[in-house]
Amino acid sequence: MNELGTRDLIIQASYLAASVLFILGLRSLTKPPQARLGMQQAAMGMLFAVIGTLLNSNILTYQWILIGLVVGGMIGYPMAMKIKMTAMPQFIAFSHAFGAIAATLVGVVEYRVRSGATGEEGLSHGLAAALGLEVLFGALTVTGSFMAFGKLQELITGRPITFKGQNAVNLLMIAVAFTALGLLIVNPMNGAAFYTVLGLAFLLGISMVLPIGGGDMPVVISLLNSYAGLAAAATGFAIGNNVLIIAGALEGAGGFILSLMMSKAMNRSFGNIIFGAFGAAPTKSTAAKGEAKEPRSITPEDAAVQLAYASSVVIIPGYGMALAQAQHVCRELMELIEKKGGEVKYAIHPVAGRMPGHLNVILSEAGIDYGALLTDVDDANRVIATADVVIVIGANDIVNPDAEDDKSSPLYGMPIFRPWTAKAVFVIKRGKGTGFSGVENPLFTRDNTLMLYGDAKGVLGSLVKEIKALDEGH
Amino acid sequence: MIQIFQLYVFILAGFVGFIIIQRVPPLLHTPLMSATNAISGISLVGAIVAAGGQYGRLSTILGFVAVVCAMTNVTAGFLITDRMLAMFKGQVKKPEAGRPEPAK
Repeated sequence: MNELGTRDLIIQASYLAASVLFILGLRSLTKPPQARLGMQQAAMGMLFAVIGTLLNSNILTYQWILIGLVVGGMIGYPMAMKIKMTAMPQFIAFSHAFGAIAATLVGVVEYRVRSGATGEEGLSHGLAAALGLEVLFGALTVTGSFMAFGKLQELITGRPITFKGQNAVNLLMIAVAFTALGLLIVNPMNGAAFYTVLGLAFLLGISMVLPIGGGDMPVVISLLNSYAGLAAAATGFAIGNNVLIIAGALEGAGGFILSLMMSKAMNRSFGNIIFGAFGAAPTKSTAAKGEAKEPRSITPEDAAVQLAYASSVVIIPGYGMALAQAQHVCRELMELIEKKGGEVKYAIHPVAGRMPGHLNVILSEAGIDYGALLTDVDDANRVIATADVVIVIGANDIVNPDAEDDKSSPLYGMPIFRPWTAKAVFVIKRGKGTGFSGVENPLFTRDNTLMLYGDAKGVLGSLVKEIKALDEGH
Repeated sequence: MIQIFQLYVFILAGFVGFIIIQRVPPLLHTPLMSATNAISGISLVGAIVAAGGQYGRLSTILGFVAVVCAMTNVTAGFLITDRMLAMFKGQVKKPEAGRPEPAK
């Protein structure tokens, strides 16, 4: 590395270009109109990095590289083109797992090669630390992401899976893993320590994600994002490659910020989500509070009349709307109301959906202008307070007044939307009963709340039909 | 010494990441996540060297698998990010939202 030949200069230049393009690409995401172009440039950066790497003088045969690139491209392309926007969280989890497998395997290969070599090429203490951290974060991300994928895809239950002493077992595994990592750093040739770290990290990924409930998935996905980045950065340290370190640091920082934001939006500490197993023993106290009031319901005909004459409507969607694939009917309803002179906005909670920003993507897919999406809770509440009608579609926790009123509620303190401040609230809900969380939502029995029971898509469809019928009737 | 230098790069890049990513609006958080995911597929660079370096049969096999996985990550990550960003439409209407836009 002391004397750079022309070839090395070209390689380094390609890595530098890639790093700059990655940073510019992420920066473009701060300005939505420029985001697409910026990310296309980041993809070019990746191409530069790959071309630069192919010039590396350590590469002796190209056949496996080329076959691998083609196979990977052939798996990735149809995956990205076919995936539904509702399945985006699973997809991201899956993609994290793939990236992490690569980082882990590179770590294993590098360890095997370096522990067999001596001198300059051999294992230093620092290198052993980098490799140990690489397989630690890598392996953790691999199994953690597969577990998250399984939960989101409902291959395994979305409910937290817990057993007695689980946290103790996890802490013990973490302690042993770090001890092994320490031993590896002290004696880089200690292969047993290296593979202990690897094996324990695989187990930890499983046991840390299992007890986390489906509703907390936005935090888990962000956290795995961060770990995947750290694994990539550690790879960079191990093979002395700055573009890996930079890209890994960017992802590590990004995932970390997002998980903090998500925890904040749920008013829960990081540790509480990871070790708390939210919902494992849900505080049922709220359900016991004997409010015998029955929610009142409204027919689609009457609801349609109110909507047709409303001048301001706010729609609060939850993951239920996405599950019912109701976003397209939603837009139809929005267009009808707008044609009648009303204004429609969407209030999107940071944790609505199964990953950060999930519902924004789903509504945009339906062709809804992002100018209509309110993503700040306080802003949205100001608009809601002056609205004629608020429609809650498939959302529950994010509109639960207990978060403000009931100190014993597990939701207490979480920033929520306040639909009851509007003139009227329509809640579209599958059926009566408490639903998944087991806690009755007091919003449903408020004086200005009216229930529309049924499948979100069906109910919205009949609202659209009734509003159209109003026009024809006159 | 090389490793100290690398630590500088890591920490500075982390700061750049913090500063930029904090400013990404919640609207684009999902594309942000798939974007960083795609970018971290840069492990591909390490995988390529492992697969082509002729460090023995097992290393080549592991390297090959790593190339396949990283390439899947990169391809899928960038394509899905692009697909999502193409769906976000809006700047036309943003300043004046009071008047209904003619239906398209």
